[in-house]
Amino acid sequence: MIINHPLLGPRDAQEFTYLGDAALINRPDWTSENALREFHDYLHLRDNPAGEHRELWFHEQGDRSWLVVTRNTVTHEISKVELACDVARASGRSTGRDEGQVA
Amino acid sequence: MTQRNRLTGGLVDQSNPLNFSFDGKIYQGYVGDTLASALLANGVRLMGRSFKYHRPRGVVTAGSEEPNALVELRSGGRQEPNTRATTAELYGGLDANSQNRWPSLKHDMMAINDRFSNFLTAGFYYKTFMWPKAFWEKIYEPIIRKAAGLGSLTGAADPDLYDKGFLHCDLLIVGAGPAGLMAAVTAGRAGAQVILADEDFRMGGRLNSETHQVGGMPGADWAARVVAELAAMGNVRLMARSTVFGAYDHGVYGVLERVADHIAIPPAGKPRQILWRIYSKRAILCAGATERSIAFENNDRPGVMMAGAVRAYANRWAATPDQNIAIFTNNDDGHRTAADLIAKGVNVPAVIDIRPDAPKVEGTELLTGAQVIGSKGRLGLTDVSVRLASGEIRRISCGALAVSGGWNPNVHLTCHQRGRPTWNEGLAAFVPGNSLPMGMSVAGAALGDLSTHGALKGGADAAVSALADLGITASRLVLPEAEDAPIRLTPFWHVSGTGRAWLDLQNDVTVKDVKLAHQENFVSVEHLKRYTTLGMATDQGKTSNMGALAVMAEMTGKSIPETGTTIFRPPYTPVSMGALAGRSVGKEFHPTRLTPSHHWAVEQGAEFVEVGNWLRAQWFPRKGETHWRESVDREVTQTRNSVGICDVTTLGKIDVQGADAAEFLNKIYANAFAKLPVGKVRYGLMLREDGIAADDGTAARLAEDHFVVTTTTANAVTVYRNMEFARQCLWPDLDVQLISTTEAWAQYAVAGPNARKLLQKIVDADFDLANDAFPFMACGEITVCGGTRARLFRISFSGELAYEIAVPTRYGDAMIRALMAAGEEFDAVPYGTEALGVMRIEKGHAAGNELNGTTTALNLGLDRMVSGKKDFIGAVLSKRDGMNTDDALCLVGIRPVDAKDRVPAGGHLMAISGPVDAAHDQGYVTSAAYSPTLNSAIGLAFVKGGGERMGERLRLVNPLEGIGTLVEIVSAHFVDPEGEKLRG
Repeated sequence: MIINHPLLGPRDAQEFTYLGDAALINRPDWTSENALREFHDYLHLRDNPAGEHRELWFHEQGDRSWLVVTRNTVTHEISKVELACDVARASGRSTGRDEGQVA
Repeated sequence: MTQRNRLTGGLVDQSNPLNFSFDGKIYQGYVGDTLASALLANGVRLMGRSFKYHRPRGVVTAGSEEPNALVELRSGGRQEPNTRATTAELYGGLDANSQNRWPSLKHDMMAINDRFSNFLTAGFYYKTFMWPKAFWEKIYEPIIRKAAGLGSLTGAADPDLYDKGFLHCDLLIVGAGPAGLMAAVTAGRAGAQVILADEDFRMGGRLNSETHQVGGMPGADWAARVVAELAAMGNVRLMARSTVFGAYDHGVYGVLERVADHIAIPPAGKPRQILWRIYSKRAILCAGATERSIAFENNDRPGVMMAGAVRAYANRWAATPDQNIAIFTNNDDGHRTAADLIAKGVNVPAVIDIRPDAPKVEGTELLTGAQVIGSKGRLGLTDVSVRLASGEIRRISCGALAVSGGWNPNVHLTCHQRGRPTWNEGLAAFVPGNSLPMGMSVAGAALGDLSTHGALKGGADAAVSALADLGITASRLVLPEAEDAPIRLTPFWHVSGTGRAWLDLQNDVTVKDVKLAHQENFVSVEHLKRYTTLGMATDQGKTSNMGALAVMAEMTGKSIPETGTTIFRPPYTPVSMGALAGRSVGKEFHPTRLTPSHHWAVEQGAEFVEVGNWLRAQWFPRKGETHWRESVDREVTQTRNSVGICDVTTLGKIDVQGADAAEFLNKIYANAFAKLPVGKVRYGLMLREDGIAADDGTAARLAEDHFVVTTTTANAVTVYRNMEFARQCLWPDLDVQLISTTEAWAQYAVAGPNARKLLQKIVDADFDLANDAFPFMACGEITVCGGTRARLFRISFSGELAYEIAVPTRYGDAMIRALMAAGEEFDAVPYGTEALGVMRIEKGHAAGNELNGTTTALNLGLDRMVSGKKDFIGAVLSKRDGMNTDDALCLVGIRPVDAKDRVPAGGHLMAISGPVDAAHDQGYVTSAAYSPTLNSAIGLAFVKGGGERMGERLRLVNPLEGIGTLVEIVSAHFVDPEGEKLRG
């Protein structure tokens, strides 16, 4: 497979290490009332879709960027590649300093 | 030497003879021959024995689809079993042997199997070897293993090189027949970057085997002219002898180039084969078509061949299997073989055409509405029986029968990304479906355009359209004049009869086997295939799958497309393991990482051990030492008594910088780091998010915004990966940067009571090493040896007064020599990983054996380090139920009650009396060593509630080795439990 790295252009998938579902970005708040249940679900429950899947790839043999790759698990067609840090920021992640503070 | 079946003409160089041997007999062929064509020219039809029944077999095809003519090529380390004689290019001195026969090809004892064919039908193994169960391993399997397989290996190492290569192009064209050549010349003239690959050693495809004119000249001449034009283009790469064996994701293709298979021994330093990975923007599949047979009773005799192959041997190789060849066909293409053979002077006694309305052929008798119902000839065909339209049986004497059942487009690569072919009624064949691999189009016979004109036009059109996708405008070239005969065929798959009619010649599957599979309800194609082994041989059923599908369709009353096809997977033809391995063999299987002191350690005569990819010194034997324990005991004792030096470069080093570096490490480690002062080191424990211990190491704060983290050697890569994950995906706005500096710094542990004295001779004088100025767990950036940049950490794995000193890697060799020279007056010893391990066990430090992916901080006795006041990886789930029970395993030391007893690592602990089983398990030993300091074997163990059980005696058992040793639970800190030495 070829992954179109947002900074480096098309790169062979062999340069990357695969992690899994991009939902791993959404790490729960450790101070939440249901933190135990939320961390359990975060860590162990994954969707396994036959079709479009957002997943994390690490450019280990390259620039060491974590990427969110939107890939069709049936056809392997890759429709989108983003820097994981951008995705994380867009989903509200920052420094973790605000966690545990009452909104 | 006469080649009695050599004809005139052809594309072989009849002025250039080559000698070769087959089963020890010397023959002569010509440059341009294959082994198969040369054997045919010499009158050899018998080339092998079949897989199951050991029936005599000859060559059937003229290409890579060959099921029968498999030989062992070459000898010694180069011996290669199951080589198709049809693709083995002849060279002087070629040495081939038939296989799967004993004692000789003509007299094969295993041919007895043929007599028992009624028992050896489909499913034989499943039905026969069911019981008694105990017979399987001792009796059935050894017999089957001995009888199974075709060729053999010598067991000698292959002396040749295999390489891997990478290529990029705008357009990859698979196959250099009329369609491929036309596509290539169209794209080449348009300036596109083109790769044209063909499995044959001569480009041109069927044009080399036909007598058609193309553009007013013989097709082979036209092909040669186009190839010459392409060869002169800088933007076109021609790859002959190169099989495109797989279509992978996103336009990536796997290609095997046989660089030196056509010569006896590759030139020095040159590879025998290259496995190419080709990255294409677009690809055109011009893989042609494969002829299929018609099954009839005893249709497997040497001499029964495909009609197109017989024609190819006559036209291209000027060789014929016999001077008397009958034709059996259901379509007009079979008639071409008759015409070409007659033109070459071969006698064609009859054309047997199943069609009542077959067109006339000149120069031979046409038997319309007739079928071949049987054959004779033990080691080669002598005659065939024909049932005429009238019902009358006629015997026709012939040494070969050319059979044509129509042509199947080579759709294989179109299906490698799960595409399914569709049925074409007119061809009675599958053609490429709609879901092709990304960027692929198909042209020529592979698409079902079986005429030369259709192929030329299809190739040109496909190239223009593929390049248009890429924004390259290609002009439409004037197509050369070529034949455009329509396909006239009446689908016909097998002649009905009671005898055995072969479908899959390589795996010996007959029409009867398919019928039996149907009778036993293995009707799905995938079941049929596995039950009968149809299409599962090295040829993957290229000549047989369609026939079997048709028989199954007939039995179930369904159409062929309803019956379906099995899934085609790479590789298209076999790829040798050598090519897949490339250069990654032997010592080159993985990279070897050498420590900065490696060459020095070699000079010292060190023994080395592989640790991941690293080679580390294990111990340094001295003259007179006869056992490794002597060396290790000496290294430990001398370090504890004076000073020892160990290369610890392999530990992972991660540089962490930025205003939020401390805050970041606070999230990575289970213990607190935010308030670590500059100039101090702290031991840190990392957990996984599920709360299990992941890795441990130290973090040294060199500045407010600068830390150096160390990891274990084994986890250096994953710790770095996880830290980057945390930085980029979890807390992207923290101001922190990471880089792995494992290989940038050479690092040495200097341990023992004289460590400070030794280092004072190395460290530049302006730096104060006194205990007050640089105490335990201090760190600093210093200079050594008169101004060389270095880092010093006062940390101890051995439990001694110890330092780790780091210098840029390029000074690593000089540093070990300087340290050893400075240590001479103290009798400093270098120590290896064994002594390192002994000393850390003596000190009770956890390492990889304890951080084994199942243990928690509590198990390790580190639970008080785990912060409850901050967020970090593993913070929440390390607190979950079950992780922190009172009887949890706890790291302790164990000592045998009798100091002479051994302590085997991996042994389990049981109560002194009572049962030895899992239900009564008290724990297990993770690390063990002989401690020269205590003169006893010692171990580290996880024991249930172990912290409260000091002094208790248990039985250490290892039932496999018959060990049951009495041991006592003690503190894991065997040496200096108060830590006075390391603080001194």
